[in-house]
Amino acid sequence: MARTTSALGIDRADVRRARTLARQVGKPIVDLAQRHTTVSVERATLRLAGLGGADPDGTPWVNRLADVVRADVGLEHGVSLPVWDALLRGEGDDLLTLAQKAAAGSVTFRVPEGRDAKRAGAAARKAVGAGIKQIDRQRVARERMIAKVGDAPSKPWIYLIVATGDIHEDIPQAQAAAREGADVIAVIRSTGQSLLDFVPEGATREGFAGTYATQENFRLMRAALDETSKELGRYVRLTNYASGLCMPEIAALAGLERLDMMLNDSMYGILFRDINPIRTFVDQRFSRQVHARAGIIINTGEDNYLTTADAIEAAHTVTTSQLLNEYFAKEAGLEDWQLGLGHAFEIDPEVPDSFRLELAHAMLARELFPDAPLKWMPPTRHMTGDIFKGYLLDGFFNLVGAMTGQGILLVGMMTEAVVTPWISDRDLALQNVRYVMNAAGNLREDFHPSPDGFIASRAREVLGEAIDLLEEIRADRSVPGEPPLLSAIADGTFGLMKRPADKGKGLDGVAEKASGYYNPATEILEEK
Amino acid sequence: MSLIRPYGDTTGDGMVQLSFTLPIEHSKVAEGAAVQLANKMGMDPALVVHAKPMGEGFTFFVVYGRVNHLVDPSTVEVVERDYPLLTPKEANAAIKRSLRRRLVVVGGCIGTDAHTVGIDAILNIKGFAGEKGLEYYRELKVVNLGAQVSVPQLVEAAREEKADAVLVSQVVTQRDAHLLNTREMSAAFREAYPAAKRPLLVVGGPRFDETMAGELGVDRVFSRGTTPGEVASFIVHRLAGPRTTQEKAS
Repeated sequence: MARTTSALGIDRADVRRARTLARQVGKPIVDLAQRHTTVSVERATLRLAGLGGADPDGTPWVNRLADVVRADVGLEHGVSLPVWDALLRGEGDDLLTLAQKAAAGSVTFRVPEGRDAKRAGAAARKAVGAGIKQIDRQRVARERMIAKVGDAPSKPWIYLIVATGDIHEDIPQAQAAAREGADVIAVIRSTGQSLLDFVPEGATREGFAGTYATQENFRLMRAALDETSKELGRYVRLTNYASGLCMPEIAALAGLERLDMMLNDSMYGILFRDINPIRTFVDQRFSRQVHARAGIIINTGEDNYLTTADAIEAAHTVTTSQLLNEYFAKEAGLEDWQLGLGHAFEIDPEVPDSFRLELAHAMLARELFPDAPLKWMPPTRHMTGDIFKGYLLDGFFNLVGAMTGQGILLVGMMTEAVVTPWISDRDLALQNVRYVMNAAGNLREDFHPSPDGFIASRAREVLGEAIDLLEEIRADRSVPGEPPLLSAIADGTFGLMKRPADKGKGLDGVAEKASGYYNPATEILEEK
Repeated sequence: MSLIRPYGDTTGDGMVQLSFTLPIEHSKVAEGAAVQLANKMGMDPALVVHAKPMGEGFTFFVVYGRVNHLVDPSTVEVVERDYPLLTPKEANAAIKRSLRRRLVVVGGCIGTDAHTVGIDAILNIKGFAGEKGLEYYRELKVVNLGAQVSVPQLVEAAREEKADAVLVSQVVTQRDAHLLNTREMSAAFREAYPAAKRPLLVVGGPRFDETMAGELGVDRVFSRGTTPGEVASFIVHRLAGPRTTQEKAS
């Protein structure tokens, strides 16, 4: 029994109960994920084996190859056996040639059996293993670089966003933001990308409200930030999004190009992008296994619940989602230090005691997940265009961050909802953070809420509601034989959006595995 | 109405505040440049009250000063609300009386815009600014298509649902995406429907100019701060209001 004392008077038995429930709700989903594969998981496997590039129309070779394999033999065996069988049969000298020939219609794939299957499996494992070794090398490179140039000087890490749509414009902005004090740079993705069933190729210069996530963009930005890290004497981390229909592929590319953090939520795509739930959970598990291997910190998206639902009424859905995200993350091999569980400062400032409520919710997250970095998201819903009021609100947001030891702090902009941040907005926002951290960074030492007081009571209440919700989900049998969490998602339990398991985008990219299914990436990633 | 000028702390003092960044290293020259800009903008005298280096080669300024411009509110053009504001109960009663069926509203965010906050504020039962959303109105059938709806999808859904009104929200404004998308949408509806059968087209978003309805080919543009009640009242006024000659003819 570690940590028997709770600053919030929380009974440890309740915390254990909440985790047990999350496991009971999550386990059937993991089983479901293990029984299925998706086009994106298979394409990610090909990417790990070194297949990149795109045809003259911009369709990636991994898509061209996987599509032909699927048309010939289906997806249920995975692409690895048919692809490496074809290579061993001399259909192509390498993956790229094979993909080009397949696209031209001059290769027919088969599912090899017996000795042929063994040989194909071994060859696939060798090729994919090389990609995973590259991920391992990048992880070591990160650790070495941090040891050499130094880490971010203090917590929370200051997280700033760039979003010009043009990678060559993003780079100087990112470097400037790092010089101004950012410890983490996030390159916001173009709004449409989550629904693309392919990863665009090359350096991109056009995007809407963000820049496309591509391998080349990842590489360019990481190289630029390495330069800046050396100049500043502290390692500047890079973030992107492993989400949407290509989550597994983007995770693989992030590992190969040494990104340091990825937004990666277990249910966000389902609820907010209407992506099929099974597709999401299968893709999710694979992407998290890659992140675990790559030493990437994930950022989960609980803040989004509060942008659509009321931040007080829905506070317990954040806790519930954090518990589920934690379960899915740990099942996939991620460690506590990699769990940037999300939460946000979104309560209506007109509500009496709104600050105390925010503090209660943030303290609850801190206490439930003592070893996770936690990602603290600034107000957006109640940022009105009154920049003066917004600046004050951001100050209070920073104060909660200081008082609850947040690991990652996304810097709030007073011009939220007005313009994409100007250079002065960013500078003023950083001044705000610095003032609060400097003035009150150690307040945590002195601040102990009274166990019967408003804050502690509210925290216990939210945890109680989260436990009730998890129990309700566990009992959901509205679709017999289906994991209760899928039924709960279909019923609209989260964020008021109803997402049935047989609907949503990307469902046609899901296949139930056949008995001879083989995926060397999963095999390697699951070895201890 | 009389002419007015900005008010600081004395009638007629004309005082305004301004902040901006100049791409120049902080120095006395930089501060002089800030004053020069303020003077050119009509602030005279202009006082730089704050100047701070920001990043390499940039300085941020806060300037206070006096302007001698007068404004004449009587010449300002705005889109005034030209319909009565109804309570949900009154809106329901008007629909019942006039249509004798539920009025169908189809809504969504078109293009790549993934920000449903606007359309949700208007449509979701939860509503916005203390007013319940359109889903709350018994006589309104609301179909919320959510985010990233393509224009053809929107037209198809409108046909399928026999929509009386189509609501589109646009938050992302990069490269004028909101204007381009809206024009594309209104053109698609003009093409898909005969003029008399076309559903009422309403767009909204924080950066729209309410006077642009005609130019964008829609029936109404709503801007920042619009509440569900205003939208509902407009729809009811146009579709279930006192009979117009057009309706008599059909």
